[in-house]
Amino acid sequence: MSDPRGKARILVVDDDAALSEMLQIVLRQEGFDTVRCSTGDAAVAEFRQARPDLVLLDLMLPGRDGVAVCRDIRAESGVPIVMLTAKSDTADVVAGLEAGADDYVAKPFKAKELVARIRTRLRRSQEESGADTLTIGDLTISVSSHAVRRGGMQLSLTPLEFDLLLALAKRPSHVFTREALLDEVWGYRNSADTRLVNVHVQRLRSKVEKDPEHPEIVVTVRGIGYRAGEPRA
Amino acid sequence: MRRLWWRSLPLRVLISTLGLSMLLMVLAGVVLLQQATAGVVAAKKSASLNEAAGVYAFMQAQLRSPENRGVAVHEALNRLADLADAQAAQYRVVIEGPTSRLVSTGIRSESVPTDLVERVESSEGMFVTPTQVVFTDPGVAPEPGWAIGSALVGATGERYPVYYIFPMTTETQTLRVLQGAVAGTGVALAAALALVAYLVTHQVVRPVRRASQTALRLASGELGERMAVRGTDDLASLAKSMNRMAAQLQQRIRELETLSTLQQRFVSDVSHELRTPLTTIRMASDMIHDSRYALDPLTARSAELMHSEIERFDAMLADLLEISRFDAGAAVLTLEDMDVAALVESEVAAARAMAEAAGVPLSLQRRGRDTTAMVDSRRIRRILRNLITNAIEHAEGRPVDVVVAADEHAVAVTVRDHGVGFEAEHAARVFDRFWRADPSRTRIVGGSGLGLAISMEDARLHRGWLTAWGRPGRGAQFRLTVPRDPEHDLSASPLPVIPLDDDQLEVGR
Repeated sequence: MSDPRGKARILVVDDDAALSEMLQIVLRQEGFDTVRCSTGDAAVAEFRQARPDLVLLDLMLPGRDGVAVCRDIRAESGVPIVMLTAKSDTADVVAGLEAGADDYVAKPFKAKELVARIRTRLRRSQEESGADTLTIGDLTISVSSHAVRRGGMQLSLTPLEFDLLLALAKRPSHVFTREALLDEVWGYRNSADTRLVNVHVQRLRSKVEKDPEHPEIVVTVRGIGYRAGEPRA
Repeated sequence: MRRLWWRSLPLRVLISTLGLSMLLMVLAGVVLLQQATAGVVAAKKSASLNEAAGVYAFMQAQLRSPENRGVAVHEALNRLADLADAQAAQYRVVIEGPTSRLVSTGIRSESVPTDLVERVESSEGMFVTPTQVVFTDPGVAPEPGWAIGSALVGATGERYPVYYIFPMTTETQTLRVLQGAVAGTGVALAAALALVAYLVTHQVVRPVRRASQTALRLASGELGERMAVRGTDDLASLAKSMNRMAAQLQQRIRELETLSTLQQRFVSDVSHELRTPLTTIRMASDMIHDSRYALDPLTARSAELMHSEIERFDAMLADLLEISRFDAGAAVLTLEDMDVAALVESEVAAARAMAEAAGVPLSLQRRGRDTTAMVDSRRIRRILRNLITNAIEHAEGRPVDVVVAADEHAVAVTVRDHGVGFEAEHAARVFDRFWRADPSRTRIVGGSGLGLAISMEDARLHRGWLTAWGRPGRGAQFRLTVPRDPEHDLSASPLPVIPLDDDQLEVGR
């Protein structure tokens, strides 16, 4: 926690003054510390300075757009990024997810919905449970230290990607539907956008698979979803 | 044969030209030959007459000459016949002597037509008539010729008919050569004409074919395609017109494309512009709504109304934007292999709370094992949500049944309610935007009036069907059918659109 009082700090990147203020009111009421930035150009600098625990990022920004900002932040940190978007079913969302955003909330959203999304992401990235070691394919997952190794080499995953891999590894023989993964990893109780799963599985594969075209760690089960690859010595 | 005829313009022109020119050639040849023959025959006639007159005068003189006085008539005639024989190349003679008939060698006396004989015998003068010259040699065919007859008058006044036969051997030969020449020229001319016709049509047809190919390419979307313009003739103007048309087309399409992208941009911008303030309003309203118990009753009620109406406004805005996205052609499918039955299950589960609140029993039946299809799960879920909520809203407390079934090519879902239903003729209109069965009916439950219109667009995007059945007081059934693979067209649905459980229908049978 960057705040001495234990409050999680959230960086709000949005150009709309009214919305930013409203977001800050709601988030502070919910017990978060907030920092605001109104342009895409200043966002990365603000991020470095404020060192937030989570970034709320509007996709449409003056100056650098949200997707580029998202990519820049992701390049230097695994911090959870939740996008705010007005265009939920366009390519923008996929572009944002592909740039590294963990989740998105479509405008107009309810305050409770947003807070729930934020809490899920913060809880996930703080979760420390058990100290056991899991294997998936030829990877070794150390749950306590949030580390994934292939042989002696450590792979760098974001907390979300780690959660996704861990969810699969915890139940090696189970086939997860996209909906089940949305529940498990993103905390969506009922239907949601399965593009979240698709994009993040692709991102995870690009990091953990030897050949992302022929995945061996995160295996697609046609018509159902995904499962963990067979553990190998 | 007909097909062949209509298939090629050059062939048609070629055959027509060839046929017509042949006909003309034959006609011209016949006329030409007739005139030539008539001329030659007439010339021979006058030449023969001249010749015959001369010979006759000479013969008459010989017969009456003093040195022949003592000679027997027979003898004298014999001599004359011999003299005539010396001229056999030009003519032959037949002389009726007092005792016998003197005939030149080579021909037979039948060469003299009988009507000529009669005329010569009955009257004075010289007569001419066409004849067939019959030769003594049976190997030689009879030939046309002129027979000229008159009578020699002896010293004593007795008449000896004499006939001069002029065969037209050389003339016939000449005419035959002429015939051959005319026929040959005709054939050659016809062939030449055909060639010319072919070349001309080819010259006309080639640019026309090029134009047609260009038009085809234009039609297939290659809008940059143009024709080469050469010269200033009709074909060049055709090419120019084609090119102008193509340019116009290209410009119009570009304009439409720009318009369409502008429209899409507009929709997208409006969506952003409206949604951001709406988000703020909604969050503010949420906040006020949450603390409404601390407010005085009137303000608290206002907060509640504001809250629910913002929800409604939000739903309507979302639907409006969705439908305008369809109109702009901006809606795209995100296809993945999905178990449709699982989607139905999850939507039915999600609607349970609402069904319970409305006192509507909600059932789900699954038929067929494999209900997977390539679908956009978000859109299919939206359709299902729409159909199920609609059914619950109109069920009037009676059960709502959802059935999922699949066959080899398609997966279908029916949602059946036993509520108010609608008139049979409204089955297609229920998908119209903002359509209401009874305009005076007050709307108790929310909804933008666009739900079914959006569902219809979603189904169409999958190349699927969304069909409605309804009868007043007997409820309604909506059926969604999606192909397993959107590349394949639907031909049948695994489920009937008319519900089998419709009692009235059973009675009606």
